Amino acid sequence: MSKPITKITPNADVFYDNDPQDELITLNLGPTHPATHGVFQNVLQIDGERIVSGVSTIGYIHRAFEKIAEHRPFYQITPLTDRLNYCSAPINNMGWHMTVEKLLEIEIPKRVQYMRVIVMELARIADHIICNGILGVDTGAFSGFLYVMQEREFIYEIFEEICGARLTTNIGRIGGFERDFNEVAFRKIQEFLERFPPVLKEFENLFVRNRIFIERTSGVATVTPEEALSYSWSGPILRATGVDYDVRVVDPYCSYEEFEFDVPVGTSGDVYDRFMVRNEEMWQSLRIIEQALEKIAKEPKGVFHADVPAFYLPPKEQVYTNMEALIYHFKIVMGEWETPQSEVYHAVEGANGELGFYMIHDGGRSPYRLHFRRPSFINYQMFAPMSSGMLISDAIINMSSLNVIAGELDA
Amino acid sequence: MDKLDNHIILDTLQQRFGDAFTVLGEPHGLLTISVAAEQIIAFLEFVKDDATLRLNYLTDITAVHYPKQEKDFCIVYHLHNMLHNMRLRIKVLVSGPTPTVPTATVLWNGANWMERETYDYFGVVFDGHPDLRRILNMDELEVFPMRKEYPLEDPNRVDKKDFYFGR
Repeated sequence: MSKPITKITPNADVFYDNDPQDELITLNLGPTHPATHGVFQNVLQIDGERIVSGVSTIGYIHRAFEKIAEHRPFYQITPLTDRLNYCSAPINNMGWHMTVEKLLEIEIPKRVQYMRVIVMELARIADHIICNGILGVDTGAFSGFLYVMQEREFIYEIFEEICGARLTTNIGRIGGFERDFNEVAFRKIQEFLERFPPVLKEFENLFVRNRIFIERTSGVATVTPEEALSYSWSGPILRATGVDYDVRVVDPYCSYEEFEFDVPVGTSGDVYDRFMVRNEEMWQSLRIIEQALEKIAKEPKGVFHADVPAFYLPPKEQVYTNMEALIYHFKIVMGEWETPQSEVYHAVEGANGELGFYMIHDGGRSPYRLHFRRPSFINYQMFAPMSSGMLISDAIINMSSLNVIAGELDA
Repeated sequence: MDKLDNHIILDTLQQRFGDAFTVLGEPHGLLTISVAAEQIIAFLEFVKDDATLRLNYLTDITAVHYPKQEKDFCIVYHLHNMLHNMRLRIKVLVSGPTPTVPTATVLWNGANWMERETYDYFGVVFDGHPDLRRILNMDELEVFPMRKEYPLEDPNRVDKKDFYFGR
């Protein structure tokens, strides 16, 4: 056992060198500032209203998920992924299931894939609603947020119908879903497709050509594509700079290649473009859900999981009556499944960007090493450098438009 | 332009670097190579700027701890060519207790926090990093918690031992 090495650098003296006459003010924005929508701290050095430099401190809700995951069987890691980006937990759940399925080389029936697409796109809409709504609130338009909040509530009702939970959903299982969508769920998805477009249209009308909103957001925090790629940005904020990188298109998973949808891109990468990209993505998500419903109707009814008895828990009534089911049930619950030694990287398009799961598996009960490539974490590191020279009020809306979710930032 | 595949990547790398790297395999279609720590920046720079490869998107940097191996730390780089959807995984094996590799922040700004996270978890020192501090854990922490020798739970706890579950 090696002793840990001594500290490399002491906690760096952040920025006391560039202010010899002590003219600047140091401001702690956070960790619990109401405008940051999460637990982040930014130590800003300000000259009046203008930020001179800043340092981000993160990790306030770090929960060591990667360490915990090394001690949990696969199905117990799903609830951990819920708590990454808790605004769109189903995308994380699905991403994790697909990672394990890639490792185990499980073929998923088409109907299940379309069901997953529906769940993921609903989650994307729910996430973008929050981000764009909050962006409106931060620029002073509170009412739009309330209009769309009701629709997010409706999406959560659909999730509740599908899996019983609303926010941290733990939706689906390795190999498919824990149960089929019931009639009510399908009816509610259909109802959502009818009631959401007018609301989104109204929300859009409040902002898109609103002069106050445009003046607050247009030209603020402009990012070039080169900068964005150098900072490994992904997701809507990268697309707002004009790079058409969407994991759903570039590296399709879950049959996304069969769907017809557009990837919206911006031109200048400012806050307004990010708003518009997210807004358009909600319309595209609706298109995808519609197509998925049509495709599901053509598939054989009642298929909601792959036929992998060694990894998918049998129905409880069979466990009591059927020998094989009992054995599989016991093996799965005790973690006695046979898994290959391999390593796998799987990425999905999360609401904030490329959400990657890198797993090294040694054939044991739990992953040898699991790393989450968390888009919020990687996107957020540009915040402090790009803030210098900005007004504080602009930095606030810049932070809103990055849509940094503290759970995903800190893991 | 031809569709880029793992063979082309390998050929291009071999032309440039000869035997300076080892192919570790293609798990699930993702070409994995291993490079010595001294050469990693030259490698990353080449695959980033080469006109054929253009693996210019740094997806991720992380590390793995293998306490039983002689070179017990493995730093893993994931690179992506978005045009052809080709990924490349580069591994650097180094030995502890103070594993050291040169920093990739000279090539990508985004490597900054990824390397800080890796340092925070594993104590991997990225030589030349502008601001190598802990990022997620508290500054006072004296250990690197993702190393395998640090248990998740109290090691004296017996009620969860395998023995009680018949295994």
